[in-house]
Amino acid sequence: MAVREAEPVGSLQEVKEAGLDREDLLGIYRHMLITRAIEERGHILYRQGKIPGSFYTGRGNEAAAVGVATAMGPNDVGTPLHRDMGVHITRGVEPWRIIAQYMGREGGPTRGRDGNVHMAAPELGLHPMVSHLPAMLPVAVGMALAFKIRGDRRVALGWFGEGSAARGDAHESMNMAGVRQLPVVFICDNNQWAYSTPTYLGYPIEHVADRAAAYGFDGVVVDGTDVLAVYREAKAAIEKARQGGGPTLIECLTLRMEGHAVHDDAFYVPKEMFEQWAAQDPIERFRTWLRSNADMTDDEEDQITSVVKRLLNDALERAEESPLPDPSGLEQGVYASAEDLDTPHHK
Amino acid sequence: MPELTYIQAISDALRQEMRRDQRVFVLGQDVGVYGGAFKVTLGFQEEFGPWRVMDAPLSETAIVGGATGAALMGLRPVAEMQFADFISCAWDHLVTVAAKQFFRGRTPVPIVVRLPSGGGFSGGPFHSQNPESSFAHIPGLKIVCPATPHDAKGLLATSIEDPNPVLYFEHKHLYRRIKGEVPEERYTIPFGQARVHREGDDAVVVTWGAMVHTASDAADQLAGEGFEVEILDLRTLIPWDKARVLESVRRCSKVLVLHEDTRTGGFGAEIAATIAEEAFEDLDAPVVRIAAPDTPVPFSPALEKAFLPQVEDVVKSLQELAAY
Repeated sequence: MAVREAEPVGSLQEVKEAGLDREDLLGIYRHMLITRAIEERGHILYRQGKIPGSFYTGRGNEAAAVGVATAMGPNDVGTPLHRDMGVHITRGVEPWRIIAQYMGREGGPTRGRDGNVHMAAPELGLHPMVSHLPAMLPVAVGMALAFKIRGDRRVALGWFGEGSAARGDAHESMNMAGVRQLPVVFICDNNQWAYSTPTYLGYPIEHVADRAAAYGFDGVVVDGTDVLAVYREAKAAIEKARQGGGPTLIECLTLRMEGHAVHDDAFYVPKEMFEQWAAQDPIERFRTWLRSNADMTDDEEDQITSVVKRLLNDALERAEESPLPDPSGLEQGVYASAEDLDTPHHK
Repeated sequence: MPELTYIQAISDALRQEMRRDQRVFVLGQDVGVYGGAFKVTLGFQEEFGPWRVMDAPLSETAIVGGATGAALMGLRPVAEMQFADFISCAWDHLVTVAAKQFFRGRTPVPIVVRLPSGGGFSGGPFHSQNPESSFAHIPGLKIVCPATPHDAKGLLATSIEDPNPVLYFEHKHLYRRIKGEVPEERYTIPFGQARVHREGDDAVVVTWGAMVHTASDAADQLAGEGFEVEILDLRTLIPWDKARVLESVRRCSKVLVLHEDTRTGGFGAEIAATIAEEAFEDLDAPVVRIAAPDTPVPFSPALEKAFLPQVEDVVKSLQELAAY
């Protein structure tokens, strides 16, 4: 059984049927711009020596991340990865906190305990990734299990990359989710390169989503540069899961437009490949769509651009005001106390 | 007060917690219809249903990782490994995810992983290990090793209540061998409080799990020789009752650290080092360690007997301490 390949989204009418009005569309565009801007700004800060460690971006994945996050319900949860900044932005994590996280400041979501996109915002339904991908998939399955046991009408989303699809966690998670028909949606960010490893050395089938059939649920491949198609597919899968229809595996096909991290110049990616995917840049693609299908005006575009610029400037200022964490507190906070359980997401 | 076996105490405690708290559920291989490899959850599925006593596929990673996810959403999972040895398949989810979650994200992970551990019945290299010290080295995890039915019940209730990932090592060789009085009502036992299993002032044996009983038999033999040995059962390794150990060292001045796990890097080394750092001047003899040799757990009874610390090994070391 060949996996379904999703059609692109066409008209404004089709988008409205999928549940998005014009304001939503401009909001999606803004989120995509913030996503890219925050990573571009971070890259500059990294080169200036203001960000310790390494620095990762998700350039090329903005539509996939924002499209999926836009489809999530307010009480849904997920475990986004280092190419999914757009999920954090869409769910409402404040940009200053993200920059504070990059800089190892107390104001970042992990208060300097962890870096880059290893962030948590449990009040927004987001739980922090670990580096051992795809270790967050079993966790997402467990979240879905909790919803199933309690009868909550909530859905968990678990992200992974095509590279980590080779690890056993992916198999165990999807198998258990399929056996129990849990309300979980698996999102594969297939950016075609696992560090320097191309897809043909990572898996021997055409699509990662082909595997869904082996676990007893649907798989779909979607163009990850088409934010509206990603949204439509994610929305359908999430609502299906919410209704008790079980898991779906959505593979968002993109190209990682930069190196694995900023130290990597990605010399191993053929130049023509970059050129081909640059021509379908997700943000430019959506901007063009908005202008021809939703009559986005020059004024609206300018306004969104200036809002994003101001947001980023304010964010940097506020992040720099945030203090470095106090080393005397390092050994506190390894173990939770009973009061720490008294949070909304633990109830 | 009813007298229960160690395994019955574990089973009763778990049932009591599940009746008391709807959030508690059990996840593991063969825990449902079959009632668990050792029958700890026998009859649970009839009482609590298939979703609270959930048979999982052979997927330790998904079981422990799934428990973490469910805990983050407010449930209190109790995951069962069929044997403690199989926790290696879920190492990543304890060490990488659960142990570091609160430190990074301030979201507690209240999970319990039940780990039938220990040797003594020719289980061989993959059904006999005591991997507690591997996990004691990981900040963020708690380690519980009950030695008696009373402690098994109280410590399981505390483990389920605790807001952190807890590894509950239940020693298989104690399951049906050890009986004791266990109150019917619910009670908890605080972590980090050692229990005096036997009183004495001439030497102290610091130990936990099945070795508490090995030490006890040895001490009984020496009592006839006028040498009274205190047996201190740590009950939990993380946190461990350092203050109580040091108090005993200062009083007895002779120390034997005993564990069933292998020697190098075993938790006994941490105890011995702490005594050397903080109570060196109170010692009348070098700290003695008895542990299993640094080999995999052997299968043949002849070899396993040589591997596991025996009563006579403890007697011999205590006699040497007495003579020092």
